[in-house]
Amino acid sequence: MSYNTIERSKEQLTKEDFASDQMVKWCPGCGNHAILAAIENVFPQIGYKKENFCFVSGIGCSSRFPYYVNTYGFHSIHGRANAIATGVRLFNRGLSVWVATGDGDSLAIGGNHFIHVIRRNIDINIMLFNNEIYGLTKGQYSPTSPLGKVTKSSPQGTIEHPFTVGELVLGAQGTFFARVLDTNSKFISEVMLEAAKHDGTSVVEMLQNCIIFNDGAHKYITAKENRDDTQLYLKQGEPMIFGKDRNKGIKLGEHGLEVVTVGENGIAETDLLVHDMYRFDPGIHLMLAKMKPPHFPIALGVIRSANAPTYDQLLANQIDEAQATGKIKCVDDLLNSGDTWEI
Amino acid sequence: MAQNKQIHEKDSVVVKFVGDSGDGMQLLGTLFSDTAALMGNDIATFPDYPAEIRAPHNSIAGVSGFQVHIGKETRIIGDSCDVLVAMNPASLKANLKWVRKGGVILTDIDAYNAGALEKAGYSSNPLEDSTLSSYMVVSPAITTMAKETAMALGMDVKDAARTKNMFCLGMIYYIFNFDLDIPFKLLDKRFAKKPGVSDVNKKVMEKGFNFAETLEVFASTCHIAKVNLPKGRYRNITGNTATAWGLLAAAERSGHKLFLGSYPITPATDILIELAKHKSLGAKVFQAEDEIAGICSAIGASFAGALACTSTSGPGLSLKTEALGLAVMAELPLVVVDVQRGGPSTGLPTKTEQADLGMALFGRNGEAQCIVVAAASPGDCFYQAFNAAKLAMENMTPVILLTDGYIGQGSELFRIPKIADMPTITPPVAKANDPDYTPYRRDAETLVRQWAIPGTEGLRHRIGGLEKTDIYGAVSTDPQNHALMVQNRKDKVMRLASRIPKQEVMGEPEGDLLLVSWGSTKGQIQTAIKEVQGTGKKIGHAHFTNIMPLPANTADIFKRFKNILVCELNGGQFAGYLRMTHPQYQYQQCNKIQGLPFTVEELVNVIKNQIK
Repeated sequence: MSYNTIERSKEQLTKEDFASDQMVKWCPGCGNHAILAAIENVFPQIGYKKENFCFVSGIGCSSRFPYYVNTYGFHSIHGRANAIATGVRLFNRGLSVWVATGDGDSLAIGGNHFIHVIRRNIDINIMLFNNEIYGLTKGQYSPTSPLGKVTKSSPQGTIEHPFTVGELVLGAQGTFFARVLDTNSKFISEVMLEAAKHDGTSVVEMLQNCIIFNDGAHKYITAKENRDDTQLYLKQGEPMIFGKDRNKGIKLGEHGLEVVTVGENGIAETDLLVHDMYRFDPGIHLMLAKMKPPHFPIALGVIRSANAPTYDQLLANQIDEAQATGKIKCVDDLLNSGDTWEI
Repeated sequence: MAQNKQIHEKDSVVVKFVGDSGDGMQLLGTLFSDTAALMGNDIATFPDYPAEIRAPHNSIAGVSGFQVHIGKETRIIGDSCDVLVAMNPASLKANLKWVRKGGVILTDIDAYNAGALEKAGYSSNPLEDSTLSSYMVVSPAITTMAKETAMALGMDVKDAARTKNMFCLGMIYYIFNFDLDIPFKLLDKRFAKKPGVSDVNKKVMEKGFNFAETLEVFASTCHIAKVNLPKGRYRNITGNTATAWGLLAAAERSGHKLFLGSYPITPATDILIELAKHKSLGAKVFQAEDEIAGICSAIGASFAGALACTSTSGPGLSLKTEALGLAVMAELPLVVVDVQRGGPSTGLPTKTEQADLGMALFGRNGEAQCIVVAAASPGDCFYQAFNAAKLAMENMTPVILLTDGYIGQGSELFRIPKIADMPTITPPVAKANDPDYTPYRRDAETLVRQWAIPGTEGLRHRIGGLEKTDIYGAVSTDPQNHALMVQNRKDKVMRLASRIPKQEVMGEPEGDLLLVSWGSTKGQIQTAIKEVQGTGKKIGHAHFTNIMPLPANTADIFKRFKNILVCELNGGQFAGYLRMTHPQYQYQQCNKIQGLPFTVEELVNVIKNQIK
């Protein structure tokens, strides 16, 4: 358990313990502000000593995150946050390592590190800010921009198919995937707490609005008038119900997931899919991660939290074993091992 | 049985084993050199293998070799060989040019069938025409005899045929009057889990030994002079192993555990493999998804308090350059080992070159000084890896250690040091709850910032690739601050010039000609200088270990010589660097870019030309 390798704080910390003295330079109205507030709220709840939190980021608007939270922090280079965080965590399992990254940072230039950190199940927490645009370079399409999206670098619309973050995470054998909206800070905190508890790589996709270069990108799911019908909040052990009248649900049909109405065509609440984020088989998790309007609501909350050995734990085990059984205890032993002779 | 056996004394001898890759030439060479070392000879070895793992059987492309120089003093692997052991026509063809006229060629007549000759490009059998008339050729039916012996002991045909290399080795041991007890023990060790295999190999080797004794041509054998080295405990070591061990030694000495982030690349992979074996020393070794993740994971580990390293070769260093700039900017300790190979691009992966110097010195965006050091021999890799780690940690900056394929894969005798005798390493670790700690406060003398390790109470801070304010470390684009920080980072490296050891001059301290070199060429140049002694000219040799910064007394040395000749295995990168840093002197150049080390003969000719 990761909780066991990280020393906890003796006193109850508050959000002030994590408030930075730096001026937050995100645009007014940027979704990142709510995410920052959520982190300041959840870190005291997680309960580690404040010196044991470590943020690592790449490049992009979201990657300025480490400057705005008072922890150890490393703002690195484009795409490499996951590789750097890997080194931090492998070297010191006493640290709670958090990566702030974006859709360009982790899915384009850093795509390779992203899939491999997940595949290895290194115990870090990845906050993936997905605004479907390059914000810091002022508005070019990203690997998550929808097909046909008109941006500065795609004046006639993009001609490439976007990644679905959850699909990529599960394809890389991810053990934890969650999705949140930047509009609900309290919910973000709840999900981040789950991410922190998870042993292994956790990826939380944060659907975040770039008010300047991609305003309203997520509006089709966040708009007040229809959000009850476009958002499904997943709760462990509970049937998947959504809709303004709380009568719509997700059922596992013959050909995959289906949206059904409770009370119609003989459908009862007991026919609905019950969420099991701990299920090891990722099949249903993948279907849930891929759901989106207009045919489905988007799944929010923890979609998957499976238990699998972490790379850092396995590495520590190998070192323990080698130290317990190995004959070479110091470099003098090493230098004198094998064939040596006096001259 | 040969009568009146005579034994000649020889100072040294070069033996090269060549055959198909997969014929076990590396094993043969290693067994031979280990035996020689245990017999009391100095040794130097170098493997020569193709980039392909198993190129077509009997083809020139598939020839693999291992050269061994044994004797009283063998600081190089030798220009040409005295004995060539060639397992097939292709290996003979590919290596004949390296055999000294009059040298011995031991080859297996069983391998000279029409197909093999054709594949090697021989239109007639070289054992029958005049191709080998200048050499002493011994070509018994090696496979036949080896097979007979091995099959008599119950080995199947295929495995039995493979013991032909042991038969050859037995013959070679006879020629040099070696005791078979030593290779027998080595074989027992190597095949500890398969004693049957060991027994067969021993029998075949003995058979080869006894067979050689019956040959008239070996009526006179030789005895190789014992090594003349300072007293002590020795071992054979390759440069890559020495590099790995030097890093482990620095980790132990500094109290900061080793983290290696690396990606397999020829000829540097052995460092990764070697360190992966030593988890009992607490080393954490991470095989990354690519070169970039290799260095980035190391940078992360460095931030977290590790002695962090990444090992690579030229193409990998190209990929790492952006991250290297981050380590310069963040001022984190990091050792980058570049085992250079022939370039550019994929180039000559298994061959040696010194052509990454320019990249090590200048290959980053912005003003981004790194410390650059170079190792001179396989054993020196241990000390330079240790030194690189010490410089990185004590100066909070990346250090590039340049070795190359020649010394990385080559081996030599190495006097085993005691770790307690190695220099101390004291990185500037910030103390918990130090109220004065700020990320970019510097030591007034050295300009080194402190290492505040995550997890330490009271030192939370942020660093990164964006320019930071002096002392406090907030993000800043202030012009004056940027100028100051650039200067600080540069001066931190340049001020080291007076703290690193003074540059030494071997040979004459002043005079007619100063040979200047760096890296793996030291042995050849030293040997060449010895050969031109007695010409009445005063020749000195300055071999540089510290390249960035150069030692403070460099100009003092240069001014005492009439001519300066810079010898390096590239187009003149060090010479160009010296013209930039010490423009007041004239530099002649001696360059070679063939993927091969200098030969002593080449250097002797160049030196003679210079002093004529």
